[in-house]
Amino acid sequence: MELARVMGTVVADRKYEGLEGVKLLLVQPLTSALEPTADPLIVADRFSAGVGQVVWWVGGREAALALPETFVPVDAAVVAIADEVTTGGKTVRP
Amino acid sequence: MILGRVTGNAVAVEKHPCYDGKICLVVQPVDPVSRKDVGRAFLALDAVQAGEGDLVLASREGNTARQLAGGPDDPIHSVVLAIVDRVEIGES
Repeated sequence: MELARVMGTVVADRKYEGLEGVKLLLVQPLTSALEPTADPLIVADRFSAGVGQVVWWVGGREAALALPETFVPVDAAVVAIADEVTTGGKTVRP
Repeated sequence: MILGRVTGNAVAVEKHPCYDGKICLVVQPVDPVSRKDVGRAFLALDAVQAGEGDLVLASREGNTARQLAGGPDDPIHSVVLAIVDRVEIGES
């Protein structure tokens, strides 16, 4: 699982069967100090995370398991909306 | 598996139900020899009651993570599975 900040939404009208109603978010991966790192990616989201929010996302086969339909072609999905991240004794509330 | 150091934790109210009651640690991968940070930190569920500052082994692979920290259909991809006492390099 990793941390990322929601930058925006990707809209696709024609999607693979099973992905209807699944939101696609453009997210920026973050360090544990919530600084941007690495290239943005697209993650599926059933939590309706909004722009600016920090999410935990999961990759691999487990990504699809986070969605209502669990046998779908998705390799990254949101599993939680972060409220607090503590590292080195310092707590950040995104 | 990855050698890393637990640097903290992450908290979320709104989350997939499989994360309820579980502790989500922030793990920073470290070089086995220098113990310096390598790469970027990631989140992993705790299966061994690790805490901040602990040197740990973490797995970033779904099957391991689901077996140790959840059920067969849970969206969990990384888990802390051991607290490392020492790393021996070369002949001991």
